[in-house]
Amino acid sequence: MDANILEMRGVSMYFPGIKALDNVDLSVRPGEVHALIGENGAGKSTLVKVLTGLYKPTAGSIGFEGMARRFSSTVEAQLAGIVAIHQEPIMFPDLSVAENVFSGHMLRKRGTGLLDWPGMRATTRELCARIELSADPDSMVSELSVAQRHMVGIARALSMNARLLIMDEPTSALSIRETEDLFKIVRQLKAEGTAILFISHKFDELFAIADSYTVLRDGKLVGAGAMKDASVDSLVRLMAGRPMGQMFPKRKAQIGQEILQVKGFSAGRSFKDVSFSLRRGEILGFFGLVGAGRSEVMKSLLGLDPLDKGEIYLEGKKARFRDPRAALAQGLAYVPEDRQAQGLVLPLSIANNICLPQTASLATAGFIARKTEASLAREYGSKMEIRAAGWDVEALNLSGGNQQKVVLAKWLATKPRILILDEPTKGIDVGTKAAVHEFMSKLAAEGMAIIMISSELPEILGMSDRIVVMHEGSVAAVVDRAEATEEIILRAATGAATGATGEAA
Amino acid sequence: MSDLGTGFVDSSRLTRMSGPRRLADFLLRWESMLFFIFIAVFVGNSLLSPYFLDPFNLFDATFNFMEKAVMAMPMMFVILLGDIDISVASIISLSSLFMGMASAGGADTPTIIAIGLAVGLLAGIFNGLLITRLAIPSIAVTLGSSSLFRGIANAVLGDQAYTKYPASFAFVGQGYLGDSIVPFEILIFLATALFAGIVLNRTVYGRHVYAVGNNKTAARFSGVPVDRVRLIAFAVNGLAAGAAAIMLTSRIGSTRPNIASGYETDVITIVVLGGVAITGGKGNIAGVIISIFLLGYLKFGMGVLNVPGKVMNIITGVLLVVAILLPKFTDGLRARLRAGKAKSRARGEEKV
Amino acid sequence: MKKLLKRKETTLVLLILLLVFAVSLRAPGFVAPSSLLNIIVDTSILIIVSLGQFGVILIGGIDLSIGSTMALVGMAAAMLNQFVPSIPVWFFAPFSLLAGALLGGLGGILVAFGKLPPLIASLGMMSAYRGLVFILSKGQWVTANEMTEGFRKIPEGLTLGLPHMVWAALIVALLAHLFMRHTRSGRDVYAIGGNPTAARFAGVNQSKVEINVFLISGALAGLAGLLYVSRYGIAQNETASGFEMQTVAAAVLGGVNIAGGSGTVLGVILGSLFLGVVNNALPVLRLSPFLQMAIQGFIILTAVVANTLVDRRNKRVFAAGRAR
Repeated sequence: MDANILEMRGVSMYFPGIKALDNVDLSVRPGEVHALIGENGAGKSTLVKVLTGLYKPTAGSIGFEGMARRFSSTVEAQLAGIVAIHQEPIMFPDLSVAENVFSGHMLRKRGTGLLDWPGMRATTRELCARIELSADPDSMVSELSVAQRHMVGIARALSMNARLLIMDEPTSALSIRETEDLFKIVRQLKAEGTAILFISHKFDELFAIADSYTVLRDGKLVGAGAMKDASVDSLVRLMAGRPMGQMFPKRKAQIGQEILQVKGFSAGRSFKDVSFSLRRGEILGFFGLVGAGRSEVMKSLLGLDPLDKGEIYLEGKKARFRDPRAALAQGLAYVPEDRQAQGLVLPLSIANNICLPQTASLATAGFIARKTEASLAREYGSKMEIRAAGWDVEALNLSGGNQQKVVLAKWLATKPRILILDEPTKGIDVGTKAAVHEFMSKLAAEGMAIIMISSELPEILGMSDRIVVMHEGSVAAVVDRAEATEEIILRAATGAATGATGEAA
Repeated sequence: MSDLGTGFVDSSRLTRMSGPRRLADFLLRWESMLFFIFIAVFVGNSLLSPYFLDPFNLFDATFNFMEKAVMAMPMMFVILLGDIDISVASIISLSSLFMGMASAGGADTPTIIAIGLAVGLLAGIFNGLLITRLAIPSIAVTLGSSSLFRGIANAVLGDQAYTKYPASFAFVGQGYLGDSIVPFEILIFLATALFAGIVLNRTVYGRHVYAVGNNKTAARFSGVPVDRVRLIAFAVNGLAAGAAAIMLTSRIGSTRPNIASGYETDVITIVVLGGVAITGGKGNIAGVIISIFLLGYLKFGMGVLNVPGKVMNIITGVLLVVAILLPKFTDGLRARLRAGKAKSRARGEEKV
Repeated sequence: MKKLLKRKETTLVLLILLLVFAVSLRAPGFVAPSSLLNIIVDTSILIIVSLGQFGVILIGGIDLSIGSTMALVGMAAAMLNQFVPSIPVWFFAPFSLLAGALLGGLGGILVAFGKLPPLIASLGMMSAYRGLVFILSKGQWVTANEMTEGFRKIPEGLTLGLPHMVWAALIVALLAHLFMRHTRSGRDVYAIGGNPTAARFAGVNQSKVEINVFLISGALAGLAGLLYVSRYGIAQNETASGFEMQTVAAAVLGGVNIAGGSGTVLGVILGSLFLGVVNNALPVLRLSPFLQMAIQGFIILTAVVANTLVDRRNKRVFAAGRAR
């Protein structure tokens, strides 16, 4: 067949202040595996949400199987034949495999309208056999491993006769063997004419399975073509290539002695044998793509998540933090990624938010020390240059940038020795970004040790003294500022090549 | 009950920790509207009966709802946290049981009072531990404990009652301050309310309660001891139930297993009517206090009209539902007012 | 699935058998067929309403208005019978179902459109309906003398050797099983309770589910109310006061997750039977009937704690978020 099964033209998705997708074209032929490539935040998931009916595009057209389509719900898209399998499958844990496979489109017996369980069970068994998932159709999904749940998602898509199957980072939870099995099924589907949109950053897999590719960067289409004509280099360049003209206000800092050392951190499937060290005055960048495990490592460091194995040395002495309070008492502050859900109590005022971690320690006999808090809030709020009508404005009324400033102010006010920032400038406008970077620089120059988790390559390259690159739960490389380039970092992050030189952490 | 885990912002959930900015804002505040209704109830009552405005009668009327008033104070904290406790009335039953046993055993008034408080506190801690240590939803635990506590009273007393209490014990529930017409019970309530108000608005604990009730995750990330905050709330709730048990038992002069039957609905209605969101994080004490007196005098007026108790229950039931539905309308209005302000403020902020 | 059956429901059957055995040690007559049948007859009402409560708990809520609904519909039926004795007996079952459904439906509307938490909606209804009983009856009771013989025979009349009550319970149980297991609407209830977001993604109409479970709970409560007043020959203000607690105990004992999303019809029935055995054992063991409430509370707490601990051990960490 020559006609494209999917034809997206000029699709744009605008949110207030952000152009998530900007005039993107995408063509997929039936029976081909089309790779969708890009860094975090490049616009891949937005594109998927548009395709599956979650978002209505601000502009552009979508042609599916020759007809112009506008989906107003996920159910509509699914019924039309576009089914997505997400990285974290959306499932019903207490219900059976068969029921999950058929959720939303249960089979009914003719005549009575009652559910046809034997039919659903049989079909589920068939599908599972097809994808080599050894799971009893009646077993509960909660008893399955993450990889198996993923396969159930695939079985579900198959049961809906998807003609365009979108697979979002499908192999991130799979072992090598399971990945091979998955590819077998993908090839099978190809032969049957199903088109597959394959989102992944694992180049070896893409070269093994994909026929063509499209690369997104900052919401724009930057390249597309046949996989056989591409190389790792060309793809990496498309992904990352941006003028390095953007200067980052990174001051020269006196890098002092080691203040923190992490050895052999392991936790379940999240990360394994992670070790690194942090020095005073240093900005240690943590880079990695989706599923690398960076936030998980930090959360385990602070006692928010459990840890299987590992040791922490704070200024040479063994340490363990039971919870964020204990960590704070020792001078470690963690600024979480999702500032609304994890960083701010929105209805509280700016001042209250800034002082929240210290309300207890500043209080006298349990009474809030209002004057102390007010001056503390003022001091740090001004340092961060928060723009608001007053310190008693509720946090939810602030812009994203200002909210981030409040969160930073909050943690800075605790005068930490070690500051861990998780995606500090995500979703923030350029101006505020620069201000945050400037501030970070100043802090480092004053001797604070900073760990910065970021998925933005320029930020990592511009701000870090050293870069720890993580890949699928392990440290792939530790690169010094002097030697770091986008390509080296990206290669390590995608596991495309052995890590660059650099001292072992 | 109240976690906003997905980052979704519900702009209608605003605390009143910052003051009102415009007249419409002020008038539309829940407390203001409540106050107007309260005035209406007062006026209505005085029209019904010329004796209503007599200070003695006004004070006398409070006897009927001071126990619930005392219980409403810590219940406010529990609901602010996004939890709920429907076992409070049963705690009264249990506490009263032990007081009766103590009295029958010859204990003196201070001992009886101590026992009443202790039982309440222990019951509250029992609830709190199950809820925080085992992470069981508060509705499930308090549902079970409400049966258990009153069940114990039932099992021990059957259809009997303890009626012998020392003469001095009666003072708590029936006594007056010196020679005045001010009932002692009202003083207990005022002290409780003052304490609750200070804790809620001026102490670390109060701040923590608002934080946890609004966003448990962010609170935990910010180092707030979430489980300890909740445990304390349930413990104090139990303690207050114990205090209410003392007041009520002293007032009626006897202990029967069905004592305070249905009080939990009334107390929750008081708190929710007072403007505290059932999902937590929003509300303040002024509204709850107005609500106490509004409902108290409303019931009083209905009593004067010879409205039977059961019918009053209908009104309480309806009020509870209305109290929760109404904020959704008024908040919609206020959100629209504020959205306008926020937009202009945001525009001003972006100038870098 | 078979493995699971081996866990909760089987344990429950064993517990029931154990309990019956233990009681019979003290009172040998307990195991006699007539005694066991009596227990089943006695428990039929509880089974019926517990199945209604089951639906509400499945979506993560709770219905505290069951007792009041039973009383209101029971009183209405009794009064109808008292003042219009000519009404044929077969009228009352459909009447009770419908009246109950209306009362329950109101709760459903409050939850679905007013977005009230089911707990609060049912608390309000509980007070309101209990008060309506008083208004309706003007505080008067309807005693056995005022009921027609046909009315009083409704629950205990025999058909094919079994009393109507038991038939009612059997039919309701069968329909419940059919609905919950074999219809799309039934599975939707599980979906909403298990993962509301995923359910909506799959096209489930949350409001419809909420209204449905309350309609059913109300209807069953209405039917149960009719059976209750006709069986005990009395309709008064405090009829079935606190009965809803028993339904929660039955459900939780039967392995229904209090947070919603899982549970079986069989489990609810077994839980009800267990409670029925306990309640019947009390007089046989010469224990005070006043122990009932305490035992009930203890059962709820133990069952909830046990369920929570068992569930935690079985499940792996699951990342799906659930807003409640």
